[in-house]
Amino acid sequence: MADKTLDAKGLNCPLPILKAKKTLKEVPTGGTLEVLSTDPGSVADFEAFCRTTGNPLVESSADSGVYRFLIKHIA
Amino acid sequence: MTETQAAGDNAKTMSIIVTKGSLDWAYPPFILATTAAAMGVDVTMFFTFYGLTLLKKKLDLQISALGNPAMQMPMMGMHMGMPNIVAMLPGVDAGATMMMKNMIKKKGVASIEDLREAAIESDIKIIACQMTMDLFEFKKEDMIDNLTLGGAATYMEKALKSDINLFI
Repeated sequence: MADKTLDAKGLNCPLPILKAKKTLKEVPTGGTLEVLSTDPGSVADFEAFCRTTGNPLVESSADSGVYRFLIKHIA
Repeated sequence: MTETQAAGDNAKTMSIIVTKGSLDWAYPPFILATTAAAMGVDVTMFFTFYGLTLLKKKLDLQISALGNPAMQMPMMGMHMGMPNIVAMLPGVDAGATMMMKNMIKKKGVASIEDLREAAIESDIKIIACQMTMDLFEFKKEDMIDNLTLGGAATYMEKALKSDINLFI
């Protein structure tokens, strides 16, 4: 279970990333943030975001048009 | 941004020269700047010429199909370009702008107002070109508060130290 969930469904680039970054600050270090998105571009974007910021992408999955990302808050 | 400050001199840096002030061209600089800031990049935006209108407190951004054959709007399941002879008619730009704003809302794309607010919130450095302010007789009180005035040398000092420099 994630420490926090961000519902970014219906939002387009770059809003899911901007909101995830903002919400990540509210997650304690070592905790996880779950992001839900419907933007297909967010799959590659969250991978890049996590690689660049050093916050590991623990999970990335898709279920009937909704993408789910689990990000661990490190940096 | 606190993370950026914590990273100190190790943070990557980017500068963007913003020269265009139409609704469509306002997107690339603000999207890249806010996303870079979210990824821990220290960003400076230098607004000059028509880009300066993006710093007005009250934004009234427009698009124009005139002289832009690449602007093809989805319409009744097709994509329609607009002949210049139509695009030049009074009211056509206003109509196209309204269509674009409706699409922006419908597709969950951020407004320029929102992206600009995000840029300010993430401590992006905003420099307004002093020369353009004088040239177009813009008043400082008509512009947003979170800017510093500067010139080419101010930009160059930032650009020389930046990992990425973009001209949009």
